[in-house]
Amino acid sequence: MAHSLLSGNEAIARGAWEAGVSVAAAYPGTPSTEILENLARMDGVRAEWAPNEKVALEVGIGASVGGARSLVTMKHVGLNVAADPLFTAVYTGVGAGLVLVVADDPGMHSSQNEQDTRNYAAFARVPMLEPTDSAEALAMTKAAFGLSEELDLPVLVRSTTRLSHGKTLVEPGERVEVPGRPYAKLLGKYVMMPGMARKRRIDLEQRLSRARALSEDSPFTFEEARGSAIGVVTSGVAYQLVREALPEASVLKIGMTYPLPEQRIRDFAAKVERLVVVEELDPYLMSNLLAMGLIVDDAGLAHIGELTPGVVAAAFGAAAPETRDPMEDLPARPPMLCPGCPHRGVFAALRAMDAVVMGDIGCYTLAALPPLSAMDSCVCMGASIGMAHGLGLSGGAEGRPVVAVLGDSTFAHSGLTGLLDVVYNGGVSTVIVLDNRITAMTGHQDNPFTGRTLQGGSAPEIDIEAVCRALGVADVRTVDPNLLKPTRTAIEAALVHPGPSVVIAKAPCALLTKERPDPFAVDEEACTACGECIRLGCPALSRDGTARAVIDITLCVGCRQCVQVCKYGAIQRTGAACDIGGSR
Amino acid sequence: MTITTDDAAVQAVTTVMLVGVGGQGTILASDVLAKVAAAAGLDVKLAEVHGMSQRGGSVDTVVRFGTQVFSPVVDPGSADHLIAFELTEAARWLHFLKPSGRLVTNSRTIAPLPVLIGDCQPSTGIEAALDYEGAVFIDAEELACEAGSSRSANVVLLGAMSVGLPFPVELWREVLAGRVPPKSVEANLAAFELGRRACERGACEL
Ligand SMILES: Cc1ncc(C[n+]2csc(CCOP(=O)(O)OP(=O)(O)O)c2C)c(N)n1
Repeated sequence: MAHSLLSGNEAIARGAWEAGVSVAAAYPGTPSTEILENLARMDGVRAEWAPNEKVALEVGIGASVGGARSLVTMKHVGLNVAADPLFTAVYTGVGAGLVLVVADDPGMHSSQNEQDTRNYAAFARVPMLEPTDSAEALAMTKAAFGLSEELDLPVLVRSTTRLSHGKTLVEPGERVEVPGRPYAKLLGKYVMMPGMARKRRIDLEQRLSRARALSEDSPFTFEEARGSAIGVVTSGVAYQLVREALPEASVLKIGMTYPLPEQRIRDFAAKVERLVVVEELDPYLMSNLLAMGLIVDDAGLAHIGELTPGVVAAAFGAAAPETRDPMEDLPARPPMLCPGCPHRGVFAALRAMDAVVMGDIGCYTLAALPPLSAMDSCVCMGASIGMAHGLGLSGGAEGRPVVAVLGDSTFAHSGLTGLLDVVYNGGVSTVIVLDNRITAMTGHQDNPFTGRTLQGGSAPEIDIEAVCRALGVADVRTVDPNLLKPTRTAIEAALVHPGPSVVIAKAPCALLTKERPDPFAVDEEACTACGECIRLGCPALSRDGTARAVIDITLCVGCRQCVQVCKYGAIQRTGAACDIGGSR
Repeated sequence: MTITTDDAAVQAVTTVMLVGVGGQGTILASDVLAKVAAAAGLDVKLAEVHGMSQRGGSVDTVVRFGTQVFSPVVDPGSADHLIAFELTEAARWLHFLKPSGRLVTNSRTIAPLPVLIGDCQPSTGIEAALDYEGAVFIDAEELACEAGSSRSANVVLLGAMSVGLPFPVELWREVLAGRVPPKSVEANLAAFELGRRACERGACEL
């Protein structure tokens, strides 16, 4: 087969497919999402979105126990959610190969924190592979299934944003059909009660010592001998930066970073005068090398954010290249809610009501920024509900309304248990579910409330109202957030209800709406420059030199939200952008 | 196993940086470029970012090609070509362009949030400053409308970009046609052509 240009995520999907994977489960999360989206299109695989990462991993463990090669994928924070099954799945081991792909996001391009999953590998004792480009992503994922079976352990493949969303050349291979293994009932292996778990804990050490031996022989670890002055130990994408920044240095590129190939590291260390580590995020390799008693020179690289070749080169004394002067005083360009986003209506109401808003994670988190400024917190998926309840208990809001706001996918992920807590403990929180019919932030994935599955099948469209009632919430109402007044009225009514209440703001994501009504324009004569429409924070709306509103007709999608806030009738329909000469 | 490779390869790498506003289609344009370079038999790396910034934030994509490419990411002062889909973004990323590099920019601006809501004044003099830096200006939206769809401004810029890169026009057209929805192939090829011509009129010489 010829070379193809594949993203790391496409290559991981391809590698799993070539290894004969037959079951895959995931919850979306940047930068991991496209792995399952790609795999879902390949033959012979059952690929599913789970409501969260814990469930996804449990599906994978079950499928593996049942004898099918299984893949589970998630972003770094997803592993916090899935950590519970993982830590015990290393005790049970696998039936057929079980591979877990976790994608880290150094630099937090699209995440609420920075985590180095390599620590989890050592903490949970899961063998780990770290690809450096798409070709290795394919090869390692493919090999990981065999490794998992050989070691009777799940295997973790760690990616990062630059691997997952970088494209490099790959030579795809053929799929091997792996017959399913018959399920065997094995109490000592799969029932982790203390008596059995103690035995498996000892067995785990034996499996890990086999893993150590395999790590020494791993074809994914290689040494490049150049000068003996500097020897760099590195892994993952950092290897590419080293090649670019330090062409003279000898390099030990480690493919299997847990357990580490200690003998190979010692052999390499013995050959070089100055031993250094280049790695992104935590000093994982560094601390291991130090713990081995090696003398490692600290190059002083930061443990925060991404590395670049220039940063690596500078740490080794290279002069920065000549550059043009950066331009000063440019306005920042933070991301923002799209034109026509239905979330906007809810936040416009919450701002007007001066509510304390415990927020959550999704596109709607952008409403925390001005001019909406209508969100007070964002911690982790589902946190809004528990936090609203807790903030209510604290009494700190001093009479201001307190609400929790979260998206439909987030509600399925981990909002349900929070709501159960509110009902059980007699809380009075008002929860607003922003049901835009999709998981939007991560690029439009289906979820249990959309009525469709990852592979395009139809699913029961689970009714959020009915779920909330079943959980014991008596006051549940649904409103169209594109209608601003009714939305505010619904939230106010929910807030005065004496018990817990839920408002479902239901309208599809603007990016999914196919019809494009003609855009609107501002009638200059009628506009009084009051600024009401500007406070919606719509990308299409700004002020002209006289502070009057203007609409960029190439961006306006005709949603009518601004029309509803204009008291002067100054916003009127106009013609399509190209017909009337493009934008301003 | 010990591997040795040709380190001179690092020298023979071309770096193209595409910058703009999330949603403008920089990802499609960079994907086409990377596929063209791969089809021409070169090693290629592309780095892009999905997710949050795609919601109207500042976005950058890097495509690097040559005999052997290592790093997917680059530093200030290292791009041979900077293709900006929006004027303020051209200014924001300018220092990534080599002093000898080529700058092609859309002449349109999209006001960022702080400017929209009046928290911050729109920058003045960007166009003049970029002109001084040797920028080539393309009105991508106007040409896209001319080609039949305001949505193909990204392909107009791709056409303009293609003029300064060492790949045959047939290859560009072939890869582009294979990458866009079948219904829009014609409009996109027209947009590509208009972008190319705008450059060939002399504006895009290095
Ligand atoms: C544990 C965890 N898993 C995944 C993510 C990635 N993530 C961030 S927002 C989001 C989806 C939000 O969807 P939804 O709640 O429907 O809101 P929308 O973006 O549609 O407004 C996901 C999956 C995360 N931040 N944390």
